[in-house]
Amino acid sequence: MLSDFGIVLLFLITGFVFVALGLITAAIIRPHNPNPVKQSTYECGEELISGSPWIKFNIRFYVVALIFLLFDVEIVFLLPWAVVFQQLGWFAFIEMAVFVLILLAGLAYVWAKGDIEWEKPKPYIPSLKDLVVERKQHFAE
Amino acid sequence: MFSELQLGSSLILISFFAITIVIVDALFQKNKTVGFSYALFGFILTAVASAINLYQAPSLIIPLNSENLITKGMIVFGGYSSFFDILFCMGAILTMFASREYLKREYHEYTEFYSLLIFSVSGMMFIGHANNMLMIFVGIELMSIPFYILAGFIRTNFKSIEASLKYFLLGSFATGFLLYGIAMIYGATGSLGFTEISKSIASGINSTTILVIGIGLIIVGLSFKVAAFPFHQWAPDVYHGSPTIVTGFMSTAGKAAAILAFMIIARNLMPEKIVSGKFNFDTHTLQNIIAWISAGTMLVGNITALVQKNVKRMLAYSSVAHAGYLLMGIVANSQLGWQGITFYATAYLFMQIGAFVIVGLIERGEENNLNIEDYAGLSKSHPMLAAMMAMFMLSLAGIPPMAGFFGKYYLFAAAIKSGFTWLTIVAVIATIISMYFYISLIIQMYFKDRTEKELEIKTGLGLISLIICTIGVLLFGVFPSLLLDLTRQCFQLLG
Amino acid sequence: MFQSVSLEYFLILAAVLFSIGSIGVLTRRNAIIIFMSIELMLNSVNLTLVSFASFLGDSAGMIFVFFVMAVAASEAAVGLAIVLALFRQKQTVNVDEVNIMKW
Repeated sequence: MLSDFGIVLLFLITGFVFVALGLITAAIIRPHNPNPVKQSTYECGEELISGSPWIKFNIRFYVVALIFLLFDVEIVFLLPWAVVFQQLGWFAFIEMAVFVLILLAGLAYVWAKGDIEWEKPKPYIPSLKDLVVERKQHFAE
Repeated sequence: MFSELQLGSSLILISFFAITIVIVDALFQKNKTVGFSYALFGFILTAVASAINLYQAPSLIIPLNSENLITKGMIVFGGYSSFFDILFCMGAILTMFASREYLKREYHEYTEFYSLLIFSVSGMMFIGHANNMLMIFVGIELMSIPFYILAGFIRTNFKSIEASLKYFLLGSFATGFLLYGIAMIYGATGSLGFTEISKSIASGINSTTILVIGIGLIIVGLSFKVAAFPFHQWAPDVYHGSPTIVTGFMSTAGKAAAILAFMIIARNLMPEKIVSGKFNFDTHTLQNIIAWISAGTMLVGNITALVQKNVKRMLAYSSVAHAGYLLMGIVANSQLGWQGITFYATAYLFMQIGAFVIVGLIERGEENNLNIEDYAGLSKSHPMLAAMMAMFMLSLAGIPPMAGFFGKYYLFAAAIKSGFTWLTIVAVIATIISMYFYISLIIQMYFKDRTEKELEIKTGLGLISLIICTIGVLLFGVFPSLLLDLTRQCFQLLG
Repeated sequence: MFQSVSLEYFLILAAVLFSIGSIGVLTRRNAIIIFMSIELMLNSVNLTLVSFASFLGDSAGMIFVFFVMAVAASEAAVGLAIVLALFRQKQTVNVDEVNIMKW
């Protein structure tokens, strides 16, 4: 009979073996012929042309992420409710309906304030000339 | 008996208004008056419901046969909980009247301000009604999180953001300690309900170490929340940086709620009859620790307030000192002490909100007209405001005909009766120190002449809250028995 | 003999995590990292609560954890919004640069 510690050890060993197996198999099977293009930093198949990738991105991403975070965590209250729902019956149903309604009020607020509207910025389509100039500058540096 | 629903009506009402004002805000985005009146209506209705509850159940009801109840004994009704409900709603109403003009002047009138006020008041009310660690925790957080936002409400002002960030980081740090303490006490006593916790502490438990660690951590966390001595450093910065009306609300209703949480927890951790034996952390040690915290808070708050040139910051430090006075009631650990807390919290709410409303009226833009020199000659240009400010200052200093005096008197008497004479002596010394800076503001207003040009002050609705504050300070100062009889009733069941 | 992991181990792990979190709050200067340390503290408390609840055979502690999680999420939302407001004003998240008020 395994003790609790034994189970933990088993999990550890399994974890290590799982990762090691994948890496080792890949190392054995894959062909090995590197070249500079393959080893360059991957950015959608292109080399870095715009300098630092640490740019400020649209604030909407942030707001949507926050809203997602809040509604996501509220799910933890639904889980235990679902487990005991059969025993509690209608009372639990009404209680949870109130809870979900409160959440919906929050959603309605966010909606009315326009925080989940995604206003699309006009895309900037560079002409071929711009690209050539940029490219030249990049290689001149 | 009363029905549970009827006694819980104030909690249900405030929660209802908190949720629906969000929708009202979404529907009437342009018209700020709708949100304002809706929030005001909510507060008044809740206060009325609490007053009815207090009238029907003047002493505390702790539901014992809790299996049949919806709330399962997690919530107490009537008594002090209803009293504090009224107090918190009062503070919010006073703040709302004053906020309209202030926010308009700072170009930051959003309906969110009022919804955040309702949310924080509902958190405070949950603290008052709590009979379970979970309720206390949820209440404290429901109060604090809107405060973090309110502190940074004027987001174009860097001071406001700084206050918000500091408050947020230190507040959630304190929450961590508080929670860890709650977890430890849960582990030691095997329950989260206060009734069971105090029962098992009184009858002795096995794992004393865990309990002592838990009590220590919970005291650290609560001291942070009430801004008591070793952990008070955040308070002056936060109170200074926040919008003035928010400071007025945070430092009165927020402080009263934090002290109330401290009182409820401390009361249950220090049961009267302890069966000696297994549990050897006697309540006197705990009382002494809180007494030291209280003494330090009073002295540090008042001594640092002496050197402040900025009136808002001076009031912030004095607010730290007042937390020290309020802690004396917890040290006393008797019905007299809790009555003293209730009385002083009421008096303090009126005088401190009044003082902050006047500071908010005189303040201009970012950091203008906040220094003590700017109050020179106020008695000539605005005699009414100067008279009111002088009265609030006298009350804060504890000069006899004002409400502040009787609050201090009851707290001191309770501490002496419980054998903490040294603490009372420290408190009296601290009070004498505090008189210097309160009186110097009065001297500035009445005996100095203004060199710059006159201020134009538009009171607007703020005048209503000033008048209510004045009436409160005078009424409870001249007839303290009105309030004292009520508070005696409030703690009846516990006595 | 069936040997289970005793309560002390969980408590010690939680205490270590809590200490790491509080040291992180006190020593780090980046607001985001301070915030992560606070989350670590809250999660160590969750671990304590769950292990006590399991040890006592009482579900109240586990329910408490749900509340802590929900509160931590709302705190995260508010905290990140405050940090964002700070960044827009000062282009920094370093708390040492947030000190125009001195005591």
